[in-house]
Amino acid sequence: MSLTFKEPTAEMIKEKRLYADMGLNDDEFQLVEKILGRLPNWTETGLFSVMWSEHCSYKNSKVLLKKFPITGERVLQGPGEGAGIIDINDDQAVVFKIESHNHPSAIEPYQGAATGVGGIIRDVFSMGARPIALLNSLRFGELKTPKVKYLFEEVVAGIAGYGNCIGIPTVGGEVQFDPCYEGNPLVNAMCVGLIDHKDIQKGQAKGVGNSVMYVGASTGRDGIHGATFASEELDEDSDAKRPAVQVGDPFMEKLLLEACLDLIKSDALVGIQDMGAAGLTSSSAEMASKAGSGIELNLDEVPQRELGMTPYEMMLSESQERMLIVVKKGREAEIQEIFDRWGLLSKIVGKVTDDKKLRLIFKGEVAAEVPVDALAEDAPVYHKPSREPEYFRKFQQQEEVVPKVNDVKETLLSLLAQPTIASKEWVYDQYDYMVRTNTVVSPGSDAAVLRIRDTNKALAMTTDCNSRYLYLDPEMGGKIAIAEAARNLVCSGATPLGVTDCLNYGNPEKPEIFWQLEKSTDGLSEACRVLETPVIGGNVSLYNERSGVAVYPTPVIGMVGLIDHLDYITTQSFKNVGDLIYLIGETKPEFGGSELQKLLEGEISGKSPSIDLDVEKERQQQLLTAIRSGVVASAHDVAEGGLAVAVAECMMDGNVGAKVSISGEAVTALFAESQSRFVVSVSKDKKAEFERLVNATCIGEVVESGLTIVNDSGEPVIQAATKELQEAWKGAIPCLLK
Amino acid sequence: MRFACIVFPGSNCDVDMYHAIRDELGEEVEYVWHSETDLDRFDAILLPGGFSYGDYLRCGAIAHFSNVMESVKKAAEAGKPVLGVCNGFQVLVESGLLPGALIRNKNLKFICRPATLVVENNETMFTSGYENKQEIVIPVAHGEGNYYCDDETLKALEANNQIVFRYKNNFNGSINDIAGITNEKGNVLGMMPHPERAVDQLIGSADGLNLFKSILRNWREAHVLNV
Repeated sequence: MSLTFKEPTAEMIKEKRLYADMGLNDDEFQLVEKILGRLPNWTETGLFSVMWSEHCSYKNSKVLLKKFPITGERVLQGPGEGAGIIDINDDQAVVFKIESHNHPSAIEPYQGAATGVGGIIRDVFSMGARPIALLNSLRFGELKTPKVKYLFEEVVAGIAGYGNCIGIPTVGGEVQFDPCYEGNPLVNAMCVGLIDHKDIQKGQAKGVGNSVMYVGASTGRDGIHGATFASEELDEDSDAKRPAVQVGDPFMEKLLLEACLDLIKSDALVGIQDMGAAGLTSSSAEMASKAGSGIELNLDEVPQRELGMTPYEMMLSESQERMLIVVKKGREAEIQEIFDRWGLLSKIVGKVTDDKKLRLIFKGEVAAEVPVDALAEDAPVYHKPSREPEYFRKFQQQEEVVPKVNDVKETLLSLLAQPTIASKEWVYDQYDYMVRTNTVVSPGSDAAVLRIRDTNKALAMTTDCNSRYLYLDPEMGGKIAIAEAARNLVCSGATPLGVTDCLNYGNPEKPEIFWQLEKSTDGLSEACRVLETPVIGGNVSLYNERSGVAVYPTPVIGMVGLIDHLDYITTQSFKNVGDLIYLIGETKPEFGGSELQKLLEGEISGKSPSIDLDVEKERQQQLLTAIRSGVVASAHDVAEGGLAVAVAECMMDGNVGAKVSISGEAVTALFAESQSRFVVSVSKDKKAEFERLVNATCIGEVVESGLTIVNDSGEPVIQAATKELQEAWKGAIPCLLK
Repeated sequence: MRFACIVFPGSNCDVDMYHAIRDELGEEVEYVWHSETDLDRFDAILLPGGFSYGDYLRCGAIAHFSNVMESVKKAAEAGKPVLGVCNGFQVLVESGLLPGALIRNKNLKFICRPATLVVENNETMFTSGYENKQEIVIPVAHGEGNYYCDDETLKALEANNQIVFRYKNNFNGSINDIAGITNEKGNVLGMMPHPERAVDQLIGSADGLNLFKSILRNWREAHVLNV
């Protein structure tokens, strides 16, 4: 293999351990040598290093991911393809997936976030689905330093820039702020698509002799080794890795999206896959591996935007807006016509073979030849050591104490102004959440709701995760994360269908971090089983640390639910004066990880709130039945900040107010974060019917304006004008950014 | 009545426009690809929102060189209603069918929200279904919707009643709160807010439907008189 460019020889790679810079360890390199029966050359070492990175191979998390329930009678496609698919009746299905773009966003927030959005959209339309909505989940340090403000503003602008231009509404999400994310923000993007069963595509390279075609943008040197970069800790030198961040072109992707949706109507198409992480390498190796075939690529045919690119660079580039497709032999011209109409490149770059190898031809010579299964399937699987952390033992032994609050009204106003609770209008004002005119419930409610045109159905969707609970107790917190996402959907009138998860953790090579991963996946799995929401796909993002400080365990849950009839759509806002206000669920003095604890003590400690999943399920079912019976005017889950915050949130649109009475110890009743609770309002004439269907306590009434909370003896505990509440809640984030 | 919905590469409100006409107004509508050159079969032309050609160079600047734009100009000269919304407004301004320019919002950020507009002139073929000074809620979604023109143009716009909609709360910095203007003849309307997103209470507002109904009613009246 005498190639014309200068690259280290196979011997040098081994002797000088050059593979270590690419992310392979000594054992892994030896395994590669064994698989090939010879030393890998530079390009081959690169192929293995990206495909065996955590980002592509899940080598550290695979043993834990196996625990997730992934089947269900509605599941049409589970994990393993671009995105999972769930049946929603009438031969329609919903396609969705969430993915992280944390490290790129830490280094170059605008492009990092933008290309995160672009990547997840491609995962969905590569299944043949029309993307109908975007969501996201963001974590930053506290909004105090110029750096954090810069990251926050640029990430939001990047998400807006990509989603708005491509014309897919960004309908929901969550943003939380905590010091643990200061050096390593989290940027998770989710895309939801709609598909007819008959259009479902697979990323498979079937049929020996069929053509492999490259479509979309040309290949540059951007993003080389992005997947490897995503699989190591950030440190002081990480900014120097900016070249590993790709640059997005949403206009190009809009054309690619429309062209691919035209393409799937053609029976000349055999398989299609996004060139995402590890670009040309992963798409070709995975498509061949899944089909039990091989692929030969002629790299001279790959459209290149820079001169003198080497096989290594082409294979590892993560240039955006590219797809690899397999097309029936002899029908390439029809396919090219489709892409021509959209002004896009499409080129035959190779063919399907039967030797189960990925063979790269460059300038007439074989530049690399490796078994596809070795790349796609045979990455080593690790079960890292796990150790219960010191802090956990300490927190579990801590007594449950009710925090001392001097002025409950001031405390409520302060809680409403906590950035994690405060209105995110500043954020979603920048997202086009209405384009395609299907958005029925816009950002700001528990879940976003989109109608499905020409039917009476709608889809509800949410992203959720309270990582403070997970830090205190990963197993309990994992259960809560699933339960809360489901609660959000139920409040909007939907039956939860399934989950996509984005597991954001620190370095799994540290036993305490692996323990968090292990325990939280236990909790997540159990909750998914009990609540019957299978995991249909997702993403694992490990090594979220900067300079040795890990983020809280943050398994962001993306969940989608089906609303069977438009009439069932429910929002959190109180509707009519005179409606009765109910609380579903008991309140216990649970403050570990609560907003109140964070506010008063500046940090979190103790036990997380507890949850009984069977109780959770029963309450969700009762509420859903009541909603579907038409007796519920509004529904909202009680989350961060407790009951007082939840009630205040139900009146933030300013149309009405609330008068509520509490019983027992006031701080607990107002601010404890006990789980499985809902605030519901019901028209008086539906009182009997509601009470027959749901176990709930009537706690008050919707009034003209303002919030009044009284105790058992009728003495006022809080009296606040609606305007005061709104100002605290709406003004907080803009004020912090000034 | 037959509507043309022009599609440029990067248009993304074309679907919304299409459905507003077909499903809510109940009239015929056809997507027309930017390379077409004959619009004679249509009674009205719609230029939808989006990011034609990625908004590269300048919003609407590249689209105005499309083949179809010559025919749009011809239709405008013939007196047919031409409506440009958001990016469509930007294309109309770039192609000289309407005066002025659209620059970045004063806060330099994209803004998406329901906006309250005041109907300033209900004597156009687009607004005859509204009352003068009526307040209507129509969503906006733009990064470059800050209308600007020189003093002389502004005076002319005011004097000729070409300002059809103004923002009640001016959030993007538009001169004289301008949200939408017509040409002198009154048959070309450009507006940043999206009436096609306000045609059904289910999605937040139906206040935009009257705009399309006005076009239809005026066309029918003219059509019946011609017969």
